[in-house]
Amino acid sequence: MNNNQQKKESENCFKIDFHEEFPILKSITYLDNSSTTQKPQVVLEAMNEYYTKYCANVHRGLYPQAEQATQVFEEAHQTVAQFIGAEADEIIFTSGTTESINLLAQLLGKTLQPGDEIVLSIMEHHSNLVPWQQIAKEKKAQLKYINLTKDYHLDLNEAKKIISKKTKIVSITHMSNVLGTINPVKELTAMAHKVGALIIIDAAQSTPHLKLNVKELSCDFLAFSGHKLCGPTGIGVLYGKKRLLQDLEPSKLGGGMIKEVTLQNSTWAGLPAKFEAGTPNIAGALGLAAAIKYLQKIGLKNIEKQELSLTKYALDKLKTISGLKIIGPPNNKGRGAVISFTIKNAHPHDVAEILARENIAIRAGHHCAMPLHTSLNIEGTSRMSFYFYNTTKNIDAAIKALHKVNRIFQ
Amino acid sequence: MKSKKIPSSQKTEMGEDPLGDRLGEPLTEEEELYKENILDHYRSPHNKGQLKKYTQTHSDLNPLCGDRITVYLQISPNSPKVLTDISFEGSGCAISQAAASLLTDSIKGKKIEVIRTLGPWDIFNLLGIRISHTRSKCALLGLKTIQHSLQGVK
Repeated sequence: MNNNQQKKESENCFKIDFHEEFPILKSITYLDNSSTTQKPQVVLEAMNEYYTKYCANVHRGLYPQAEQATQVFEEAHQTVAQFIGAEADEIIFTSGTTESINLLAQLLGKTLQPGDEIVLSIMEHHSNLVPWQQIAKEKKAQLKYINLTKDYHLDLNEAKKIISKKTKIVSITHMSNVLGTINPVKELTAMAHKVGALIIIDAAQSTPHLKLNVKELSCDFLAFSGHKLCGPTGIGVLYGKKRLLQDLEPSKLGGGMIKEVTLQNSTWAGLPAKFEAGTPNIAGALGLAAAIKYLQKIGLKNIEKQELSLTKYALDKLKTISGLKIIGPPNNKGRGAVISFTIKNAHPHDVAEILARENIAIRAGHHCAMPLHTSLNIEGTSRMSFYFYNTTKNIDAAIKALHKVNRIFQ
Repeated sequence: MKSKKIPSSQKTEMGEDPLGDRLGEPLTEEEELYKENILDHYRSPHNKGQLKKYTQTHSDLNPLCGDRITVYLQISPNSPKVLTDISFEGSGCAISQAAASLLTDSIKGKKIEVIRTLGPWDIFNLLGIRISHTRSKCALLGLKTIQHSLQGVK
């Protein structure tokens, strides 16, 4: 082993040089993992193998390639199910978190009556806000929002007051894509169930980083995206408790989701096919399954450990930059590897552009959470978000560039 | 590294670009984007505030950066119609606010027919820097808002 390799290995707790698996990391300091993550070679190979060796539609053909495609597609449901502690027929493939929540808003919205209440939090991503806003308007239901405490956690005392007998749906993010705050899903689930409401967890930001189990969380539905956990874009998951999914009528109709069709009537296929009309994103599902297996090989606990140490390192370093304010919990308790901040006199987009010129990728703006930024009375934030393949060296590069921002703008 | 000279063929009947003679000076990369002229206009924008008397107003925002701009225009009633005064209010990134400041300076006293014909390159010329595809929305917000406010003017 040469010195270079030794040096690289010491930067993360895995003793792995991720540059081989993620060649893009050789040319960019990638700190925009809350937006999307980089894809390891094994994910690309899984998809490429399907397209080059056994490309066929699923659940239809009787030839060997179709058999193989069907088998691995079904195995992908099992891989996802095992990943979050569910059963395979509780896993519906969608295009991503946004589609999962839109689908739920359509399915659950049908039962809403005027005056019913939907409870969200002020920190929701637009994808867990706008679909509920629309359905609330249509059904004359009320939207209620749980606010934040001073240290950017969810105000649970307020939650207790807001979640009432009128509440029919509670839909909350597991981890904020802006603040990094991790919400106490179990407590919220207990509050929702106590009043007979359904609870939906937007797990887009948490599934890539935390080991989670839907049975332990006891949530009714959970949504996440493949591309935020090293999988391809265009594939996501909606988990639902089996008895709930069985009772819901499908909203997307067509091929693949029926049992029998006559000229005047149709009956539905079993789970999960009932909610997966049309030819699914087969390669995407296989890519997602490969990504999950890759993460499991590294170990979700190890991922969490590495990210916690990166977050602590970054929070300490960021505090040395003058005029910088962290918009989120100030220490690494109850938060994930997402750090948003503002810098006095420098607009977030100017900050991001200066970092981009140093080949450092961060995100700036309202991060699809306009109501959160409005409530905090800020136009936008700059955000760096880490994944297991990031190193303290990446953070050092960003800190150096942030000092440059101050030289230009202060 | 030398900045690229913007082709003079892109210039419009607005006349000479006020920054024209500075284009082509060697600049460091960050100076190229955030050079003093732009930072000056960002820190101390010209024509900022609401006109006491105005005939046209319009607001717009750029959801990407969260830039917001409201413009106030005073247009002469006689033909040919001329923009006699203009101001803007807003908040946002350095590029959007500096562009609005520079643009309001340069179109004051111009015929509205001329203002209607302005395009992206006129703004890039005013800024005197290269603007990426994504940031062009920031740079052009002021122009878009001003041109929208002129829609009802015959």
